[in-house]
Amino acid sequence: MPEIIKNTKKSASIRISPAYQQWRLLKDKLARYGVVAGGLGVIVAIVLIFFYLLYVVYPLFISASVEPVDHYAAPESALGKTILLEMEEQNEIAARFTESGQVVFFDVATGKVVLTQAVAIPDGVKITSFSQGSPINEGAVIYGLSDGRAIVVKHQYKATYPDNKRLITPSLKYPLGETPLVIDTTGAALEKIAVKIGSDASTVIVKSAGKIRLVNFAKEQSLFADEAALTRIDAVLEVSAENVETILVDKDEANLYLLSADGRLSFIDISNKNSPLLRQEQNVVTAGQKITSVSFLNGDLSLLIGDSSGQVSQWSMIRDKLNRHTMEKIRAFKVSDKAVVAINAEQRRKGFMAIDTDGVLGIYHSTAERQLIKQQIGQAQPVAAVLSPRANGLLVELADGQMHFWRVDNEHPEVSIKSLWQEVWYESYPKPDYIWQSSSASNDFEPKYSLTPLVFGTLKAAFYAMWVAIPLALMGAIYTAYFMAPGMRIYVKPTIEIMGALPTVILGFLAGLWLAPFMEAHLGGIFALLMILPLGVMLFAYAWLHLPKKLAQKIPEGWGAAFLIPVILLSGWFAFSISIPLETWLFNGSLRDWFKSELGIGYDQRNALVVGIAMGFAVIPTIFSIAEDAIFSVPKHLTVGSLALGATPWQTMSRVVLLTASPGIFSAVMIGFGRAVGETMIVLMATGNTPVMDLSVFQGLRTLAANIAVEMPESEVDSTHYRILFLAALVLFVFTFIFNTLAEVIRQRLREKYSSL
Amino acid sequence: MMKLWFKSGAPWIWLNAAAVSVCLIMVVGVLGLIVARGIGHFWPGQVIQFTYQDEGQVKTIIGEHVDTSITPAAMAKSSGITMADTEETLVQYLVKTGNRDVTGGDFRWIQERNIKLQEAPANLVVVERREWGNFYGELAAVKENGQVIASGQEAWSVLQSKIAGVLTLYNDIAHLEKKEVGAINYTLEQLRLEQKSLQLDNRWDESQEKRINDKKAALDIEYKQYQVQLAELYQQIRRDSLVAKTQDGAEVEISLSKVVRVYQPNTMSFFDKTVHYGAKLFEFLTDDPREANTEGGIFPAIFGTVMMVMMMSVIVTPFGVVAAVYLREYAKQGFTTRLIRIAVNNLAGVPSIVYGVFGLGFFVYILGGNIDRLFYPESAPAPVFGTPGLLWASITLALLTLPVVIVSTEEGLARIPKAIREGSLALGATKLETLWRTVLPMASPAMMTGLILAVARAAGEVAPLMLVGVVKLAPTLPLDGNYPFLHLDRKFMHLGFHIYDVGFQSPNVEAARPLVYATSLLLVLVIVGLNLAAILIRNHLREKYRALEG
Repeated sequence: MPEIIKNTKKSASIRISPAYQQWRLLKDKLARYGVVAGGLGVIVAIVLIFFYLLYVVYPLFISASVEPVDHYAAPESALGKTILLEMEEQNEIAARFTESGQVVFFDVATGKVVLTQAVAIPDGVKITSFSQGSPINEGAVIYGLSDGRAIVVKHQYKATYPDNKRLITPSLKYPLGETPLVIDTTGAALEKIAVKIGSDASTVIVKSAGKIRLVNFAKEQSLFADEAALTRIDAVLEVSAENVETILVDKDEANLYLLSADGRLSFIDISNKNSPLLRQEQNVVTAGQKITSVSFLNGDLSLLIGDSSGQVSQWSMIRDKLNRHTMEKIRAFKVSDKAVVAINAEQRRKGFMAIDTDGVLGIYHSTAERQLIKQQIGQAQPVAAVLSPRANGLLVELADGQMHFWRVDNEHPEVSIKSLWQEVWYESYPKPDYIWQSSSASNDFEPKYSLTPLVFGTLKAAFYAMWVAIPLALMGAIYTAYFMAPGMRIYVKPTIEIMGALPTVILGFLAGLWLAPFMEAHLGGIFALLMILPLGVMLFAYAWLHLPKKLAQKIPEGWGAAFLIPVILLSGWFAFSISIPLETWLFNGSLRDWFKSELGIGYDQRNALVVGIAMGFAVIPTIFSIAEDAIFSVPKHLTVGSLALGATPWQTMSRVVLLTASPGIFSAVMIGFGRAVGETMIVLMATGNTPVMDLSVFQGLRTLAANIAVEMPESEVDSTHYRILFLAALVLFVFTFIFNTLAEVIRQRLREKYSSL
Repeated sequence: MMKLWFKSGAPWIWLNAAAVSVCLIMVVGVLGLIVARGIGHFWPGQVIQFTYQDEGQVKTIIGEHVDTSITPAAMAKSSGITMADTEETLVQYLVKTGNRDVTGGDFRWIQERNIKLQEAPANLVVVERREWGNFYGELAAVKENGQVIASGQEAWSVLQSKIAGVLTLYNDIAHLEKKEVGAINYTLEQLRLEQKSLQLDNRWDESQEKRINDKKAALDIEYKQYQVQLAELYQQIRRDSLVAKTQDGAEVEISLSKVVRVYQPNTMSFFDKTVHYGAKLFEFLTDDPREANTEGGIFPAIFGTVMMVMMMSVIVTPFGVVAAVYLREYAKQGFTTRLIRIAVNNLAGVPSIVYGVFGLGFFVYILGGNIDRLFYPESAPAPVFGTPGLLWASITLALLTLPVVIVSTEEGLARIPKAIREGSLALGATKLETLWRTVLPMASPAMMTGLILAVARAAGEVAPLMLVGVVKLAPTLPLDGNYPFLHLDRKFMHLGFHIYDVGFQSPNVEAARPLVYATSLLLVLVIVGLNLAAILIRNHLREKYRALEG
């Protein structure tokens, strides 16, 4: 006892020290600030998630911009007019090809000449035609000469790093030899020319002496000779060469396009070099207009045709219903009211630049149907224009002899409301469609970023899941909250909670590897179960009614669900055991085949029904526990009053309790729906993840969440694809945010209502 | 009567009851399915020798009967199998025949009607190998240095003694390669980074160069010694081999270095089988995976899950508790608290994959990228924290499970009677002291419940982890003997992801399936256990406070 007093005294003496008191108060204050900060941190977290997602997504929707860097007089203007401008990848060196066969390499930023070189054109021969080789990004050009010969030149750039600084050296190369190739053996001048340069074979198409000729050179690699011998195929095309202004050949050497100034497009199949085949001839501009500029879109699958009315239209080869190849106008862009003088396609994306006679320049993206920029460049008519290979710079030469260099900032042209949500007519597709196909190995692939099939898949999966979950969960909640004996309830509730705690990866695994094959084998049984189960329950219930009074009185009330378990198991066993005889008897042995042959419904092993059941399983506990809570907390005096007035328990339930609890039940369903929309692992594992738009219950689907899980690890940081996946996440976030907030507000209201009752 | 019955509504009540029963059957069924499939995998099954009529030839097929399928005659016909008119169904057995190196596949379907004879000869052996899966056949001989030292009856006993020795050697090699040589490699890498770091800071001079070179030379000598040891061990382990006959009678030689265990399941007694089961189970829990995760153990996945969950708990508990204390004890109930409750609810409702996306973008690329730029310039361009890893996975999951802890703690705080707080304040304690000395200790079981639920949620979550740090095979554990011991930047394996990966990304899903069931069983046991614990604590708590209030 004295010891305790001593202790108290000691501590008391500490406590009265004012410094200690201050320290206590300070601690209290600090803790208060800390706790408040921590509490508000939760809001900060949710806001941070939202704004971070928005921050990543935002650049998708800002328009491109251009800014002038410099302008200067065209270098070496004495060497003749420019027929082609080119730029290398780093935007450091540009090349000016002149009509006199000279190539002037100059510094893009200052216009200082780096190198001037003449193409090896023999003396006494004139250049009569010129074009860029296909594919454009390999930098080959061809000169057609007045004596029926042609020469191919390639401009190339080598980067070296002396003193750790990049130095780019331009040079010219002759991929088909320095001596010109004889194309027209009669020696007539080549009026128009086009070429495709390949590593093994090259094809030259010319217009000379009123005919269109095709020459194919194939390298024959000999084992003994170092020099490869060239074998050639000659063909004269049976088409009218009249008025042909432009010849284009695609990079696969399969299709040849001839365009005349008055708007005629001839489309010729040259897959067989010996016998080219005219597929179609049609007019591509409105009467009275002229074609003023033509270019391939990256990938050479569609043509961009600019006309004198300032319109650029995209034409792509598609297969029509009769499986014929035809050229179809997919879409058009209006640049201005003046003729389009130059079209320059981007080399890595499906974008292009067009410029009209007044120097109005537009940058567009074909898939997104988006005009990114419209800008006046200078005051004179443009002579030549080029977009750099990375599409981040452009160079325009005007008729006043000035060269304008502009920087382009155009990171994400592929995205527009249309390309994300509406039907888009993709190249080579027979009609506009919703497609998600984000990546492929090749560089000139047209990415298809339609989120519609993914949203469709998300809603489809959630819809089927709700079909399973809502009846089971709500009916279960009604029974558990209102009719079940408390003795059983204390076991049922934790069991359902355990159901909610099961990892979705396990549910997905069981759905994909156990349920899907099981369902495929016992489809008839599943349908039989749907009918037999309620019947069996009803039968049992009716039989219960006729139970001897003595026995019935002994059985405590509210245990019905327990007695039903064997009944349900028995019905299940019965349904599956008659599955095979039933299918043999009614559906020729297989319900799946019957669906296919009689109704035309295909069957995927991992389909929406599997997802519905598995995800329904995952959602049941969420809906169940919220709804059960809402029903259980309906004030007792309401139900007791109803019963006292003579209503049966079921009448009380359906007319009083359910009505009162309906907001709570509604919010339970919404929260469950929100959960089904965002669920990832189950859909990832239980569907084939094919982004198809098909309502059929036997077809697969791909959801937004599964799509993120599949594609996020492979997407390049800050690319358009990456940002679109963030957009998908943002869509999910906003969607669930709305649903959850609404549900929470409804629930809070309900709580207030109950407390006032 | 019938009409009256319907009017009373009783049938609807029964239907509602049926819904509860269906839910219960579903839960118990799913758990039962996992237990039934997961628990049986390690039990040695009988190896059966089928005499089988296959297109006119009589063959012997040796293997374990795995599955049976019954197809209606019509369906069998449509898939091109000839059926007699009297046959109504086609019964097929799935047999695990193993010997993937010889036959190209592990499994084959056989038709029951073509089986002439089924027997289980005692001399059939199963060889579990490190490559090519199981081998089924007859043991013919044991070889040492290519010479037969035992054959026929005595081969079995000789083999048993040999295998014990080989396994010890194997463990020695694994220890040397992983622990000792691994440590040397790690130190060498650290030295390289140190050198680069010094060079970046312009502190690289001759003395430093000498110091580092000396260290490297010392490590090199050590490494050479280990190499000599390893070469010797490898020579020893490759000395012995066994010769066995396949079902076709062909002889196959299997080096004992590739053998995990050999057993004759048809002669094993119940006790032997139990011992075998125990050994397999132990291997499953403590060993590394083999053969693209389809065989062996899942220890790294268990370890990774536990590490991640522990890290997450350390992060989530303080934040969750502080937020709950704010909501209950400090904030004035009003607009702000309402807003926070909505925020908490939304945090709970946001799809987990969105957390993954956020974690990858914000934590990994922004935070991690900047940490790398500031603190690890020497390891560029290889990222340290700027890549998915344990730390980011833990933080992401902490954010994900925050609402669970908040809600549970808040509930606990709400149950503490006001009188207790008021009593403490009346005695002169500050608010902090009241909280710290009385309220929080009383609420600790509620916090515990929240934490347990959070852990259960985190252990089962996969989708966000796929983006922020989980890999299918991690070469090293996040915790090892190399300084600084806990490597927060490392990627790790996870039970849930293991299930997804092996079940769906594996080239040999059929062979991997039993292992996936076993892994699922383990995960389910852990999670159900944690949840039951949480439920029990909660119920106990409710009882306690009910007493206090009364």
